[in-house]
Amino acid sequence: MTEHTVKSYDRDLETLGRRISEMGGIAEKMLSEAMEALGAFDVDAAQRVVATDARLDALQREIEEAAILTIARRQPLAVDLRECIAAIRISGDLERVGDLAKNIAKRTVKIVGESRLPRAIVGLNSMHDVAAMQLKDALDAYAQRDVARARAVWENDAELDALEDSVFRDLLTFMMEDPRNISFCTHLLFCSKNLERIGDHTTNISETVVYLVTGEPMPTERPKTRPSAVGAPPPPGQIKPEVLS
Amino acid sequence: MQVEKPLTIGETALAGNGRAFEPPPRPVLQQADVAARVADAPAAPVKVAVRNLDFFYGDTHALKNVSTSLHLNKVTAFIGPSGCGKSTLLRVLNRMYDLYPRQRAEGEVVLDGENILGRSIDVNLLRARVGMVFQKPTPFPMSIYDNIAFGVRLYHKPSKSELDERVEEALRGAALWEEVKDKLHMSGLGLSGGQQQRLCIARSVAVQPEVILFDEPCSALDPISTAKVEELIEELAERYTIAIVTHNMQQAVRVSDYTAFMYLGELVEFGETNAVFTAPKQKKTQDYITGRFG
Repeated sequence: MTEHTVKSYDRDLETLGRRISEMGGIAEKMLSEAMEALGAFDVDAAQRVVATDARLDALQREIEEAAILTIARRQPLAVDLRECIAAIRISGDLERVGDLAKNIAKRTVKIVGESRLPRAIVGLNSMHDVAAMQLKDALDAYAQRDVARARAVWENDAELDALEDSVFRDLLTFMMEDPRNISFCTHLLFCSKNLERIGDHTTNISETVVYLVTGEPMPTERPKTRPSAVGAPPPPGQIKPEVLS
Repeated sequence: MQVEKPLTIGETALAGNGRAFEPPPRPVLQQADVAARVADAPAAPVKVAVRNLDFFYGDTHALKNVSTSLHLNKVTAFIGPSGCGKSTLLRVLNRMYDLYPRQRAEGEVVLDGENILGRSIDVNLLRARVGMVFQKPTPFPMSIYDNIAFGVRLYHKPSKSELDERVEEALRGAALWEEVKDKLHMSGLGLSGGQQQRLCIARSVAVQPEVILFDEPCSALDPISTAKVEELIEELAERYTIAIVTHNMQQAVRVSDYTAFMYLGELVEFGETNAVFTAPKQKKTQDYITGRFG
Protein backbone atom coordinates (compact mmCIF):
# COMPACT_ATOMS: atom_id res chain seq x y z
CA MET A 1 0.00 0.00 0.00
CA THR A 2 1.13 3.58 -0.61
CA GLU A 3 2.74 5.24 2.39
CA HIS A 4 1.16 8.04 4.36
CA THR A 5 2.41 11.53 3.65
CA VAL A 6 3.15 11.75 7.37
CA LYS A 7 5.70 8.95 7.88
CA SER A 8 5.24 8.65 11.62
CA TYR A 9 1.65 7.57 10.94
CA ASP A 10 2.99 4.52 9.08
CA ARG A 11 5.35 3.82 11.97
CA ASP A 12 2.46 4.00 14.48
CA LEU A 13 0.48 1.40 12.52
CA GLU A 14 3.50 -0.85 11.96
CA THR A 15 4.24 -0.81 15.68
CA LEU A 16 0.68 -1.95 16.41
CA GLY A 17 1.04 -4.87 14.00
CA ARG A 18 4.43 -5.88 15.39
CA ARG A 19 3.18 -5.88 18.96
CA ILE A 20 0.20 -8.05 18.03
CA SER A 21 2.58 -10.55 16.43
CA GLU A 22 4.75 -10.48 19.55
CA MET A 23 1.71 -11.10 21.73
CA GLY A 24 0.64 -13.93 19.44
CA GLY A 25 4.02 -15.58 19.73
CA ILE A 26 3.91 -15.47 23.51
CA ALA A 27 0.36 -16.87 23.59
CA GLU A 28 1.35 -19.74 21.27
CA LYS A 29 4.35 -20.55 23.45
CA MET A 30 2.26 -20.46 26.63
CA LEU A 31 -0.23 -22.89 25.14
CA SER A 32 2.34 -25.40 23.94
CA GLU A 33 4.32 -25.25 27.20
CA ALA A 34 1.18 -25.63 29.29
CA MET A 35 0.21 -28.78 27.40
CA GLU A 36 3.75 -30.16 27.61
CA ALA A 37 3.77 -29.56 31.35
CA LEU A 38 0.39 -31.31 31.65
CA GLY A 39 1.59 -34.37 29.75
CA ALA A 40 4.81 -34.59 31.74
CA PHE A 41 3.17 -33.69 35.09
CA ASP A 42 5.91 -31.04 35.38
CA VAL A 43 4.95 -28.52 38.08
CA ASP A 44 7.96 -26.21 37.54
CA ALA A 45 7.23 -25.90 33.84
CA ALA A 46 3.58 -25.20 34.64
CA GLN A 47 4.50 -22.44 37.07
CA ARG A 48 6.73 -20.81 34.46
CA VAL A 49 3.71 -20.61 32.16
CA VAL A 50 1.67 -18.98 34.93
CA ALA A 51 4.40 -16.39 35.44
CA THR A 52 4.53 -15.55 31.72
CA ASP A 53 0.92 -14.38 31.74
CA ALA A 54 1.86 -11.08 33.35
CA ARG A 55 3.96 -10.17 30.29
CA LEU A 56 0.96 -10.87 28.05
CA ASP A 57 -1.34 -8.71 30.14
CA ALA A 58 1.16 -5.84 30.03
CA LEU A 59 1.45 -6.13 26.24
CA GLN A 60 -2.32 -6.01 25.87
CA ARG A 61 -2.49 -2.79 27.85
CA GLU A 62 0.35 -1.30 25.76
CA ILE A 63 -1.37 -2.20 22.49
CA GLU A 64 -4.70 -0.77 23.61
CA GLU A 65 -3.04 2.44 24.73
CA ALA A 66 -1.13 2.77 21.46
CA ALA A 67 -4.28 2.17 19.41
CA ILE A 68 -6.26 4.74 21.42
CA LEU A 69 -3.47 7.31 21.03
CA THR A 70 -3.36 6.67 17.29
CA ILE A 71 -7.10 7.26 17.08
CA ALA A 72 -6.82 10.50 19.04
CA ARG A 73 -3.77 11.75 17.19
CA ARG A 74 -4.47 10.71 13.61
CA GLN A 75 -8.29 10.49 13.49
CA PRO A 76 -7.88 7.49 11.22
CA LEU A 77 -10.41 6.53 8.58
CA ALA A 78 -11.16 3.50 6.42
CA VAL A 79 -8.47 0.82 6.59
CA ASP A 80 -6.38 2.74 9.13
CA LEU A 81 -9.36 2.96 11.49
CA ARG A 82 -10.03 -0.74 11.01
CA GLU A 83 -6.36 -1.46 11.84
CA CYS A 84 -6.71 0.31 15.18
CA ILE A 85 -9.97 -1.44 16.01
CA ALA A 86 -8.49 -4.80 14.93
CA ALA A 87 -5.46 -4.29 17.18
CA ILE A 88 -7.72 -3.60 20.17
CA ARG A 89 -9.94 -6.62 19.48
CA ILE A 90 -7.17 -9.10 18.69
CA SER A 91 -5.07 -8.10 21.70
CA GLY A 92 -8.13 -8.79 23.86
CA ASP A 93 -8.58 -12.23 22.32
CA LEU A 94 -4.88 -13.08 22.69
CA GLU A 95 -4.94 -11.98 26.32
CA ARG A 96 -7.80 -14.44 26.93
CA VAL A 97 -5.90 -17.19 25.10
CA GLY A 98 -3.02 -16.57 27.51
CA ASP A 99 -5.38 -16.73 30.49
CA LEU A 100 -6.81 -20.04 29.28
CA ALA A 101 -3.32 -21.49 28.78
CA LYS A 102 -2.41 -20.25 32.26
CA ASN A 103 -5.50 -22.01 33.64
CA ILE A 104 -4.42 -25.28 31.99
CA ALA A 105 -1.00 -24.85 33.65
CA LYS A 106 -2.66 -24.23 37.04
CA ARG A 107 -4.59 -27.48 36.61
CA THR A 108 -1.28 -29.30 36.11
CA VAL A 109 -0.17 -28.12 39.56
CA LYS A 110 -3.43 -29.42 41.08
CA ILE A 111 -3.46 -32.68 39.12
CA VAL A 112 -0.02 -33.80 40.20
CA GLY A 113 -1.25 -35.18 43.52
CA GLU A 114 -4.13 -37.16 41.97
CA SER A 115 -4.06 -40.76 40.78
CA ARG A 116 -3.25 -40.49 37.12
CA LEU A 117 -4.67 -41.94 33.93
CA PRO A 118 -2.25 -40.95 31.14
CA ARG A 119 -4.46 -42.33 28.35
CA ALA A 120 -7.11 -39.80 29.32
CA ILE A 121 -4.80 -37.05 28.06
CA VAL A 122 -4.68 -38.47 24.52
CA GLY A 123 -7.87 -36.72 23.45
CA LEU A 124 -6.67 -33.45 24.92
CA ASN A 125 -3.49 -33.69 22.86
CA SER A 126 -5.62 -34.05 19.72
CA MET A 127 -7.55 -30.95 20.71
CA HIS A 128 -4.32 -29.11 21.41
CA ASP A 129 -2.95 -29.95 17.95
CA VAL A 130 -6.05 -28.47 16.30
CA ALA A 131 -6.21 -25.44 18.60
CA ALA A 132 -2.52 -24.69 18.15
CA MET A 133 -2.83 -24.92 14.36
CA GLN A 134 -5.91 -22.68 14.43
CA LEU A 135 -4.06 -20.09 16.51
CA LYS A 136 -1.05 -20.16 14.21
CA ASP A 137 -3.24 -19.85 11.11
CA ALA A 138 -5.27 -17.00 12.61
CA LEU A 139 -2.09 -15.11 13.48
CA ASP A 140 -0.62 -15.79 10.03
CA ALA A 141 -3.88 -14.60 8.44
CA TYR A 142 -3.52 -11.35 10.43
CA ALA A 143 0.15 -10.91 9.51
CA GLN A 144 -0.52 -11.56 5.80
CA ARG A 145 -3.95 -9.88 5.81
CA ASP A 146 -5.15 -13.15 4.21
CA VAL A 147 -8.96 -13.37 4.06
CA ALA A 148 -9.11 -16.92 2.68
CA ARG A 149 -6.94 -18.22 5.49
CA ALA A 150 -9.03 -16.40 8.08
CA ARG A 151 -12.24 -17.87 6.66
CA ALA A 152 -10.68 -21.37 6.82
CA VAL A 153 -9.95 -20.91 10.55
CA TRP A 154 -13.52 -19.71 11.07
CA GLU A 155 -14.90 -22.82 9.38
CA ASN A 156 -12.53 -25.29 11.04
CA ASP A 157 -13.63 -24.43 14.54
CA ALA A 158 -16.47 -26.92 14.20
CA GLU A 159 -13.81 -29.65 14.24
CA LEU A 160 -12.56 -28.50 17.62
CA ASP A 161 -16.09 -28.40 18.99
CA ALA A 162 -16.64 -31.97 17.80
CA LEU A 163 -13.36 -33.10 19.38
CA GLU A 164 -14.41 -31.56 22.67
CA ASP A 165 -17.63 -33.57 22.56
CA SER A 166 -15.67 -36.75 21.96
CA VAL A 167 -13.19 -35.97 24.76
CA PHE A 168 -16.18 -35.31 27.05
CA ARG A 169 -17.61 -38.76 26.27
CA ASP A 170 -14.20 -40.40 26.77
CA LEU A 171 -13.66 -38.77 30.16
CA LEU A 172 -17.16 -39.72 31.29
CA THR A 173 -16.40 -43.30 30.33
CA PHE A 174 -13.18 -43.30 32.38
CA MET A 175 -15.00 -41.82 35.38
CA MET A 176 -17.72 -44.48 35.14
CA GLU A 177 -15.11 -47.25 34.82
CA ASP A 178 -13.40 -46.35 38.10
CA PRO A 179 -14.38 -43.69 40.67
CA ARG A 180 -10.69 -43.14 41.49
CA ASN A 181 -10.41 -41.50 38.07
CA ILE A 182 -13.05 -38.90 38.81
CA SER A 183 -10.83 -36.13 40.25
CA PHE A 184 -8.16 -36.46 37.58
CA CYS A 185 -10.68 -36.58 34.74
CA THR A 186 -12.66 -33.63 36.09
CA HIS A 187 -9.53 -31.49 35.94
CA LEU A 188 -9.02 -32.66 32.37
CA LEU A 189 -12.62 -31.74 31.55
CA PHE A 190 -11.85 -28.17 32.51
CA CYS A 191 -8.69 -28.28 30.37
CA SER A 192 -10.70 -29.48 27.38
CA LYS A 193 -13.13 -26.61 27.89
CA ASN A 194 -10.20 -24.20 27.96
CA LEU A 195 -8.88 -25.59 24.67
CA GLU A 196 -12.31 -25.28 23.08
CA ARG A 197 -12.50 -21.66 24.27
CA ILE A 198 -9.07 -21.00 22.78
CA GLY A 199 -10.53 -22.21 19.49
CA ASP A 200 -13.42 -19.75 19.86
CA HIS A 201 -10.95 -16.90 20.34
CA THR A 202 -9.10 -17.91 17.18
CA THR A 203 -12.38 -17.59 15.27
CA ASN A 204 -12.85 -14.12 16.81
CA ILE A 205 -9.38 -13.22 15.54
CA SER A 206 -10.20 -14.51 12.07
CA GLU A 207 -13.50 -12.57 12.02
CA THR A 208 -11.55 -9.45 12.89
CA VAL A 209 -9.05 -10.14 10.08
CA VAL A 210 -11.87 -10.43 7.54
CA TYR A 211 -13.37 -7.16 8.82
CA LEU A 212 -9.94 -5.50 8.71
CA VAL A 213 -9.32 -6.44 5.09
CA THR A 214 -12.80 -6.18 3.58
CA GLY A 215 -14.66 -3.79 5.88
CA GLU A 216 -17.48 -6.33 5.99
CA PRO A 217 -18.55 -8.11 9.17
CA MET A 218 -18.77 -11.90 9.28
CA PRO A 219 -22.15 -13.59 9.75
CA THR A 220 -23.18 -13.66 13.41
CA GLU A 221 -23.90 -17.38 13.65
CA ARG A 222 -20.87 -19.61 13.43
CA PRO A 223 -21.72 -23.08 12.08
CA LYS A 224 -21.91 -25.58 14.96
CA THR A 225 -22.08 -29.35 14.74
CA ARG A 226 -23.73 -29.81 18.08
CA PRO A 227 -27.49 -29.00 18.22
CA SER A 228 -28.35 -26.28 20.75
CA ALA A 229 -31.02 -26.90 23.39
CA VAL A 230 -34.54 -26.18 22.17
CA GLY A 231 -35.69 -22.76 23.32
CA ALA A 232 -32.33 -21.88 24.85
CA PRO A 233 -31.40 -18.20 24.52
CA PRO A 234 -28.36 -17.46 22.33
CA PRO A 235 -25.08 -17.36 24.27
CA PRO A 236 -23.94 -13.85 25.28
CA GLY A 237 -22.29 -12.02 22.40
CA GLN A 238 -24.18 -13.94 19.72
CA ILE A 239 -27.22 -12.19 18.33
CA LYS A 240 -29.65 -14.14 16.17
CA PRO A 241 -30.25 -12.35 12.81
CA GLU A 242 -33.97 -11.79 13.42
CA VAL A 243 -33.24 -9.76 16.55
CA LEU A 244 -31.17 -7.30 14.49
CA SER A 245 -33.94 -6.27 12.09
CA MET B 1 -7.48 -28.05 6.81
CA GLN B 2 -8.07 -31.56 8.20
CA VAL B 3 -5.88 -33.01 10.96
CA GLU B 4 -5.64 -36.79 10.81
CA LYS B 5 -5.73 -38.38 14.29
CA PRO B 6 -6.05 -41.96 15.48
CA LEU B 7 -9.52 -42.77 16.87
CA THR B 8 -9.96 -42.27 20.61
CA ILE B 9 -11.34 -45.03 22.78
CA GLY B 10 -14.75 -43.38 22.72
CA GLU B 11 -14.75 -43.17 18.96
CA THR B 12 -13.73 -46.81 18.71
CA ALA B 13 -16.62 -47.68 21.01
CA LEU B 14 -19.04 -45.88 18.71
CA ALA B 15 -17.57 -47.70 15.74
CA GLY B 16 -18.26 -50.90 17.59
CA ASN B 17 -21.97 -50.06 17.35
CA GLY B 18 -21.76 -50.56 13.61
CA ARG B 19 -21.49 -46.88 12.71
CA ALA B 20 -18.16 -45.73 11.29
CA PHE B 21 -16.93 -42.54 12.90
CA GLU B 22 -17.65 -39.70 10.53
CA PRO B 23 -15.96 -36.33 10.69
CA PRO B 24 -18.45 -33.48 11.13
CA PRO B 25 -19.85 -32.03 7.88
CA ARG B 26 -17.75 -29.11 6.70
CA PRO B 27 -19.77 -25.91 7.32
CA VAL B 28 -20.20 -23.43 4.49
CA LEU B 29 -20.15 -19.68 5.06
CA GLN B 30 -23.54 -18.32 4.20
CA GLN B 31 -22.98 -15.33 1.91
CA ALA B 32 -26.65 -14.50 2.30
CA ASP B 33 -25.99 -13.77 5.97
CA VAL B 34 -23.35 -11.21 5.05
CA ALA B 35 -25.53 -9.64 2.34
CA ALA B 36 -28.53 -9.36 4.67
CA ARG B 37 -26.43 -7.55 7.27
CA VAL B 38 -25.14 -4.91 4.84
CA ALA B 39 -28.22 -4.39 2.67
CA ASP B 40 -28.89 -0.65 2.20
CA ALA B 41 -32.08 1.00 3.32
CA PRO B 42 -34.01 2.46 0.34
CA ALA B 43 -32.43 5.80 -0.70
CA ALA B 44 -34.26 9.10 -0.06
CA PRO B 45 -35.89 10.71 -3.13
CA VAL B 46 -33.62 12.82 -5.32
CA LYS B 47 -33.99 16.62 -5.16
CA VAL B 48 -31.27 17.58 -7.64
CA ALA B 49 -29.97 15.20 -10.31
CA VAL B 50 -26.73 16.05 -12.12
CA ARG B 51 -26.49 14.16 -15.43
CA ASN B 52 -23.42 13.96 -17.65
CA LEU B 53 -22.22 17.40 -16.68
CA ASP B 54 -19.19 18.89 -18.43
CA PHE B 55 -17.86 22.30 -17.46
CA PHE B 56 -15.29 24.50 -19.16
CA TYR B 57 -13.30 27.50 -18.00
CA GLY B 58 -12.44 28.71 -21.49
CA ASP B 59 -10.58 25.73 -22.97
CA THR B 60 -9.96 24.05 -19.62
CA HIS B 61 -12.17 21.02 -19.13
CA ALA B 62 -12.88 21.33 -15.40
CA LEU B 63 -15.74 18.84 -14.91
CA LYS B 64 -15.77 15.63 -16.92
CA ASN B 65 -19.05 13.80 -17.42
CA VAL B 66 -20.12 14.13 -13.80
CA SER B 67 -23.35 12.44 -12.74
CA THR B 68 -24.53 12.55 -9.14
CA SER B 69 -27.56 13.32 -6.96
CA LEU B 70 -28.51 15.46 -4.00
CA HIS B 71 -31.08 13.53 -1.98
CA LEU B 72 -34.04 15.35 -0.47
CA ASN B 73 -33.45 16.64 3.08
CA LYS B 74 -30.06 14.97 3.23
CA VAL B 75 -26.58 16.43 3.47
CA THR B 76 -24.21 15.53 0.63
CA ALA B 77 -20.52 16.28 1.14
CA PHE B 78 -18.10 16.85 -1.74
CA ILE B 79 -14.48 16.11 -0.92
CA GLY B 80 -11.30 15.96 -2.96
CA PRO B 81 -7.90 17.61 -3.39
CA SER B 82 -7.56 21.23 -4.51
CA GLY B 83 -8.52 21.69 -8.13
CA CYS B 84 -10.69 18.58 -8.34
CA GLY B 85 -13.82 20.52 -9.34
CA LYS B 86 -15.95 20.36 -6.23
CA SER B 87 -16.45 24.13 -5.89
CA THR B 88 -16.97 24.31 -9.66
CA LEU B 89 -19.74 21.73 -9.36
CA LEU B 90 -21.35 23.67 -6.55
CA ARG B 91 -21.36 26.84 -8.64
CA VAL B 92 -23.12 25.07 -11.47
CA LEU B 93 -25.96 24.11 -9.15
CA ASN B 94 -27.12 27.71 -8.87
CA ARG B 95 -25.62 28.97 -12.14
CA MET B 96 -23.13 31.27 -10.46
CA TYR B 97 -20.87 30.71 -13.46
CA ASP B 98 -23.34 32.77 -15.55
CA LEU B 99 -21.80 35.86 -13.98
CA TYR B 100 -18.48 35.17 -15.69
CA PRO B 101 -17.64 35.15 -19.39
CA ARG B 102 -16.04 32.12 -21.07
CA GLN B 103 -17.46 29.69 -18.53
CA ARG B 104 -19.96 27.18 -19.85
CA ALA B 105 -21.76 24.05 -18.73
CA GLU B 106 -23.02 21.16 -20.87
CA GLY B 107 -25.32 18.42 -19.68
CA GLU B 108 -28.25 18.55 -17.29
CA VAL B 109 -28.93 19.63 -13.74
CA VAL B 110 -32.48 18.65 -12.93
CA LEU B 111 -34.20 20.32 -9.95
CA ASP B 112 -37.67 18.92 -9.30
CA GLY B 113 -37.94 17.68 -12.86
CA GLU B 114 -36.72 20.87 -14.53
CA ASN B 115 -33.29 21.32 -16.15
CA ILE B 116 -31.89 24.49 -14.55
CA LEU B 117 -29.22 24.84 -17.23
CA GLY B 118 -31.95 25.62 -19.76
CA ARG B 119 -32.26 29.07 -21.37
CA SER B 120 -35.80 29.66 -20.08
CA ILE B 121 -34.79 29.55 -16.41
CA ASP B 122 -34.98 32.77 -14.36
CA VAL B 123 -31.59 32.61 -12.66
CA ASN B 124 -32.56 35.16 -9.98
CA LEU B 125 -35.44 32.98 -8.86
CA LEU B 126 -33.16 29.96 -9.11
CA ARG B 127 -30.66 31.58 -6.76
CA ALA B 128 -33.43 32.14 -4.21
CA ARG B 129 -34.41 28.47 -4.43
CA VAL B 130 -30.79 27.34 -4.35
CA GLY B 131 -28.91 29.44 -1.79
CA MET B 132 -25.19 29.59 -1.28
CA VAL B 133 -22.93 30.24 1.71
CA PHE B 134 -19.28 30.95 0.97
CA GLN B 135 -16.02 30.25 2.75
CA LYS B 136 -15.40 33.83 3.74
CA PRO B 137 -18.42 35.34 5.51
CA THR B 138 -19.89 38.04 3.25
CA PRO B 139 -22.31 40.20 5.25
CA PHE B 140 -23.56 43.26 3.38
CA PRO B 141 -22.33 46.60 4.75
CA MET B 142 -25.74 47.18 6.30
CA SER B 143 -27.48 46.55 9.60
CA ILE B 144 -28.16 42.97 10.64
CA TYR B 145 -31.85 43.58 9.98
CA ASP B 146 -31.24 44.94 6.49
CA ASN B 147 -28.88 42.09 5.63
CA ILE B 148 -31.85 39.73 5.98
CA ALA B 149 -34.55 42.12 4.73
CA PHE B 150 -32.65 42.97 1.54
CA GLY B 151 -33.22 39.56 -0.03
CA VAL B 152 -36.82 39.30 1.14
CA ARG B 153 -37.69 42.72 -0.35
CA LEU B 154 -36.26 41.61 -3.73
CA TYR B 155 -38.86 38.89 -4.15
CA HIS B 156 -41.83 40.10 -2.09
CA LYS B 157 -43.55 43.28 -0.90
CA PRO B 158 -44.10 42.49 2.76
CA SER B 159 -45.61 44.84 5.31
CA LYS B 160 -43.39 46.04 8.16
CA SER B 161 -44.74 43.47 10.59
CA GLU B 162 -44.45 40.67 8.02
CA LEU B 163 -40.86 41.69 7.34
CA ASP B 164 -40.08 41.78 11.07
CA GLU B 165 -41.46 38.24 11.31
CA ARG B 166 -39.44 37.03 8.34
CA VAL B 167 -36.23 38.54 9.77
CA GLU B 168 -36.82 36.95 13.19
CA GLU B 169 -37.69 33.59 11.59
CA ALA B 170 -34.53 33.63 9.50
CA LEU B 171 -32.31 34.61 12.44
CA ARG B 172 -33.91 31.88 14.59
CA GLY B 173 -33.38 29.45 11.73
CA ALA B 174 -29.68 30.30 11.81
CA ALA B 175 -29.44 30.01 15.61
CA LEU B 176 -28.47 33.70 15.79
CA TRP B 177 -31.64 35.40 17.08
CA GLU B 178 -30.87 35.21 20.80
CA GLU B 179 -27.44 36.77 20.25
CA VAL B 180 -28.54 39.70 18.07
CA LYS B 181 -32.21 40.39 18.87
CA ASP B 182 -31.29 43.51 20.87
CA LYS B 183 -28.95 44.93 18.26
CA LEU B 184 -30.64 44.35 14.94
CA HIS B 185 -29.66 47.83 13.79
CA MET B 186 -25.99 47.27 14.44
CA SER B 187 -23.85 46.78 11.34
CA GLY B 188 -23.46 43.19 10.22
CA LEU B 189 -19.74 43.82 9.91
CA GLY B 190 -19.50 44.30 13.66
CA LEU B 191 -20.29 40.63 14.40
CA SER B 192 -17.66 37.97 15.09
CA GLY B 193 -16.59 35.63 12.27
CA GLY B 194 -18.84 32.81 13.42
CA GLN B 195 -21.80 35.16 13.85
CA GLN B 196 -21.21 36.70 10.41
CA GLN B 197 -21.29 33.26 8.85
CA ARG B 198 -24.55 32.47 10.62
CA LEU B 199 -25.87 35.82 9.40
CA CYS B 200 -25.07 34.69 5.84
CA ILE B 201 -26.89 31.44 6.51
CA ALA B 202 -29.87 33.42 7.83
CA ARG B 203 -29.81 35.52 4.67
CA SER B 204 -30.08 32.34 2.55
CA VAL B 205 -32.81 30.91 4.74
CA ALA B 206 -34.85 34.15 4.63
CA VAL B 207 -35.78 33.76 0.96
CA GLN B 208 -37.20 30.28 1.65
CA PRO B 209 -34.82 28.17 -0.40
CA GLU B 210 -35.16 24.50 -1.16
CA VAL B 211 -31.46 23.74 -1.47
CA ILE B 212 -28.55 25.34 0.39
CA LEU B 213 -25.00 25.03 -0.91
CA PHE B 214 -22.10 25.45 1.54
CA ASP B 215 -18.62 26.04 0.14
CA GLU B 216 -16.16 25.31 2.99
CA PRO B 217 -18.33 27.27 5.42
CA CYS B 218 -16.11 26.69 8.47
CA SER B 219 -12.62 27.11 6.99
CA ALA B 220 -12.29 30.61 8.43
CA LEU B 221 -13.91 29.84 11.78
CA ASP B 222 -12.62 28.81 15.21
CA PRO B 223 -13.58 25.40 16.63
CA ILE B 224 -16.51 26.68 18.71
CA SER B 225 -18.08 28.58 15.80
CA THR B 226 -17.44 25.55 13.60
CA ALA B 227 -19.34 23.35 16.04
CA LYS B 228 -22.24 25.83 16.06
CA VAL B 229 -22.41 25.88 12.27
CA GLU B 230 -22.24 22.07 12.10
CA GLU B 231 -25.06 21.83 14.63
CA LEU B 232 -27.01 24.29 12.49
CA ILE B 233 -26.44 22.26 9.33
CA GLU B 234 -27.92 19.21 11.07
CA GLU B 235 -31.04 21.23 11.95
CA LEU B 236 -31.29 22.82 8.49
CA ALA B 237 -31.23 19.41 6.81
CA GLU B 238 -34.64 18.70 8.33
CA ARG B 239 -36.13 21.40 6.12
CA TYR B 240 -33.70 21.85 3.21
CA THR B 241 -31.49 19.78 0.94
CA ILE B 242 -27.86 20.52 1.71
CA ALA B 243 -24.63 20.21 -0.25
CA ILE B 244 -21.32 20.99 1.45
CA VAL B 245 -17.81 21.23 0.07
CA THR B 246 -15.22 20.66 2.77
CA HIS B 247 -11.51 20.02 3.18
CA ASN B 248 -12.09 18.69 6.67
CA MET B 249 -12.59 14.95 6.41
CA GLN B 250 -13.87 14.60 9.93
CA GLN B 251 -16.43 17.34 9.29
CA ALA B 252 -17.66 15.45 6.23
CA VAL B 253 -18.06 12.31 8.35
CA ARG B 254 -19.85 14.24 11.08
CA VAL B 255 -22.38 16.25 9.09
CA SER B 256 -23.12 14.38 5.87
CA ASP B 257 -25.36 11.48 4.89
CA TYR B 258 -23.76 10.98 1.46
CA THR B 259 -20.22 11.72 0.29
CA ALA B 260 -18.87 12.28 -3.21
CA PHE B 261 -15.12 12.05 -3.79
CA MET B 262 -13.84 13.99 -6.80
CA TYR B 263 -10.47 13.95 -8.47
CA LEU B 264 -9.24 15.93 -11.50
CA GLY B 265 -12.75 16.87 -12.57
CA GLU B 266 -14.21 13.38 -12.28
CA LEU B 267 -16.51 11.82 -9.74
CA VAL B 268 -14.53 8.86 -8.42
CA GLU B 269 -16.85 7.51 -5.75
CA PHE B 270 -20.27 8.30 -4.33
CA GLY B 271 -21.99 6.55 -1.47
CA GLU B 272 -23.37 6.66 2.04
CA THR B 273 -20.92 8.54 4.22
CA ASN B 274 -20.49 5.76 6.77
CA ALA B 275 -19.50 3.30 4.04
CA VAL B 276 -17.23 5.72 2.15
CA PHE B 277 -15.20 6.55 5.26
CA THR B 278 -14.99 3.10 6.86
CA ALA B 279 -14.72 0.91 3.76
CA PRO B 280 -14.36 2.93 0.53
CA LYS B 281 -14.64 1.00 -2.71
CA GLN B 282 -12.01 2.89 -4.73
CA LYS B 283 -8.31 2.89 -3.90
CA LYS B 284 -8.04 6.60 -4.82
CA THR B 285 -10.76 7.42 -2.30
CA GLN B 286 -8.99 5.44 0.41
CA ASP B 287 -5.63 7.01 -0.41
CA TYR B 288 -7.12 10.51 -0.19
CA ILE B 289 -9.09 10.10 3.03
CA THR B 290 -6.25 8.31 4.82
CA GLY B 291 -3.64 10.87 3.85
CA ARG B 292 -1.71 8.71 1.42
CA PHE B 293 -1.94 11.18 -1.48
CA GLY B 294 1.19 12.68 -3.06
